[in-house]
Amino acid sequence: MGGAKRKRLWGSLFVNGTLLLLVIIWTIPTLGIFVSSFRDRQQIASSGWWKVLPHRDWLVTERIDPRAEGLDSDGVMTVRGVSGTFEEFRTGLTTAEGDARLIWIGNRRVGRIEIQEYKWTTAANFSLDNYRQVLGGQSFTFTKADGTTEVVPGDNMTRAFLNSLAVSVPATVIPILIAAFAAYAFAWMQFPARKLMFIMVIALLVVPLQIALVPILRDFTLLKLNGTFLAIWLAHTGFGLALATYLLFNYISGLPREMLESAFIDGASHFTVFTKLVLPLSLPALASFAIFQFLWVWNDYLVALVFLGGNPDFELVTQRMAAIVGSRGSDWHLLTAGAFVSMVLPLAVFFGLQRYFVRGLLAGSVKG
Amino acid sequence: MNLVTAGGKEDQSLMGRALAFVLRIGLALAIPVIAFYVLYLGFVFLRDSGAPRTVITLVAIVWGVGGVAGLFWIFNNLVEQLPVQWTNRLQPFVFVGPAIAILAWFLAIPVLRSFWISLFDRTGPPMDATFIQALGSDRFVGLANYAAVFTEAVMLEAFRNNIMWIVFGSTFSVVFGLLVAVLADRSAFERIAKSLIFLPMAISFVGASIIWKFIYEFRPAGQSQVGLLNYIVTEMGGIPRAWAQWVDIAPWNNLFLIVIVIWLQAGFAMVLFSAALKGIPDDLMEAGRIDGANEFQIFFRIMIPYIQGTLITVWTTIIIFTLKIFDVVWVMTGGQFGTHVIATQFYRQSFTASNMGYGSAIALVLLIAVIPVMIYNLRQFREQEAF
Repeated sequence: MGGAKRKRLWGSLFVNGTLLLLVIIWTIPTLGIFVSSFRDRQQIASSGWWKVLPHRDWLVTERIDPRAEGLDSDGVMTVRGVSGTFEEFRTGLTTAEGDARLIWIGNRRVGRIEIQEYKWTTAANFSLDNYRQVLGGQSFTFTKADGTTEVVPGDNMTRAFLNSLAVSVPATVIPILIAAFAAYAFAWMQFPARKLMFIMVIALLVVPLQIALVPILRDFTLLKLNGTFLAIWLAHTGFGLALATYLLFNYISGLPREMLESAFIDGASHFTVFTKLVLPLSLPALASFAIFQFLWVWNDYLVALVFLGGNPDFELVTQRMAAIVGSRGSDWHLLTAGAFVSMVLPLAVFFGLQRYFVRGLLAGSVKG
Repeated sequence: MNLVTAGGKEDQSLMGRALAFVLRIGLALAIPVIAFYVLYLGFVFLRDSGAPRTVITLVAIVWGVGGVAGLFWIFNNLVEQLPVQWTNRLQPFVFVGPAIAILAWFLAIPVLRSFWISLFDRTGPPMDATFIQALGSDRFVGLANYAAVFTEAVMLEAFRNNIMWIVFGSTFSVVFGLLVAVLADRSAFERIAKSLIFLPMAISFVGASIIWKFIYEFRPAGQSQVGLLNYIVTEMGGIPRAWAQWVDIAPWNNLFLIVIVIWLQAGFAMVLFSAALKGIPDDLMEAGRIDGANEFQIFFRIMIPYIQGTLITVWTTIIIFTLKIFDVVWVMTGGQFGTHVIATQFYRQSFTASNMGYGSAIALVLLIAVIPVMIYNLRQFREQEAF
């Protein structure tokens, strides 16, 4: 009995241990960005984000001006009982007790000596400066640690954020609306070419949207639509419609037949049945697809790049972020904060509506 | 599903049928066309107005959504005013028409148009020429673009990379997804563990690229590393590198990009597997255990066969996904350092190099690659008797 118990304990330890390891590996990338977004520019550039955790490091406890002490940097110098040449001080000398280190900072003529101690520390002073800079449209005055100020251009993520919202909401609701009508017709109406049309919907499920970009761009150029919200609403409606129709059909065709039939016997029209009965009943399916499509549109980069590419006024968060990567790829204080701004809404939707999202995934499908 | 036979006998006259046909097509097109026009006016208003961005955003949302909903309502009312017989004939097309018209415009017809464009040189077919004139023009190059797609070194490199993406990306996503699903099923921390693994699904490719760029961030040896990977490598005595840009090991530097998609997609695989595993009847597992099977035998002999269907679905979904991978490569390396894939070459040719014919040929290759899945889907559909 005892053996079986121990075996089970080891089993559980193995299961939970492996799981924990995977969860840590999966979480660390996001955590790194999140923590970094609150650290200031110098800190991000000079130390890794994990330094916010308590760790031991050399900390400056005292600065000595060698000239004030009358030290000759060309000969042997003695400071706090430690002697050595300039070269030795430059690489660092340890005190006899071994608890402190003396190090020459700067060049031979105007440099200084620092006394550093190896102590527990954290690099955890956080601020919202990065967010202010990345969200602001105007330039941002940045005060450095030494008191001087520097003006850096802002990144206008607020505008991009609003643009993304103006694109995502209609590009989510419009296809759902159109698809719900179509799904209802496929499920509960009889008309010529019904099966043929549905086969078309299924065939188009996996068609890569790349196939449409060049021809549709030609149409939009002809209609003078390039660089407008309307263009991208239409594009996302077109690209999301097949999946929306298919998923909603699966749900709507499974609604109880008796309920709809009794409504028709009572003299209700198709439109009434659809709006008063089918739509409210299909709410879970509508919500699932809505989350799906919203995340897809919000996170999309390619469609935005092709149809909104030329117009900076209508830039979306993904485009804005990619532009920052391109132009200021090493400004990690901007990139980390910006990345988080772009992620905040999807993450909120994700955590708030995870149940529906999972249900949408389980409805199972492939999107072009 | 024959709910719509209540409307009485169909009008069988030729005139009536012809009229019905025209009206149906007309209705299918009218809603999208008018919706388009109404939205277009709204857009012009928004473009020209100097209103604050929040107002514009709000108006755009209300206009876009309300406009489409209103049109459905108006057209349905119009059709319902007709004699019953005509209502029954036309109403389905008010419902289904817009979806079909938009799908045709945005996906079905573009397949043919892209194929047509792919037969021409970089400027595409002449805009105002007839079919015959176009074929006769000197821009017509036949299948030369396809020949180039399958012979040029950059494209062959893209194909090789895409195969790496498909093989490694899908396999590891599936393996990790399955591993987490199986482990979480036996753990007390199932919910939280699954949530955290699933979380990257909500992050855009651009965001994920930035996250991983930060992990791969490179500083020359001797400086303090701010990228986690290089920090770990240097702490262990290794040499820091710009991993994704490391051409010496090409094509294996692609793996540093593929990791990103595994990180994103494992959660997707996990959710589907998790649900499938929960569907395995307990007595089946119990019977296996009583027969003396160990956990590995149970996994390979009972679980895997049981979730086979889900396994195929997830695998194909991720394969299609990695086949079209674009954002990650575009943001991380821009296709440099030997990391181009089919979709980045498509973008580069179509929009950066404005070589329309060549770009369209690449898009057609992508389409051909998914045709087996399309056929599989259609076959599955045909097997469902219900429709």
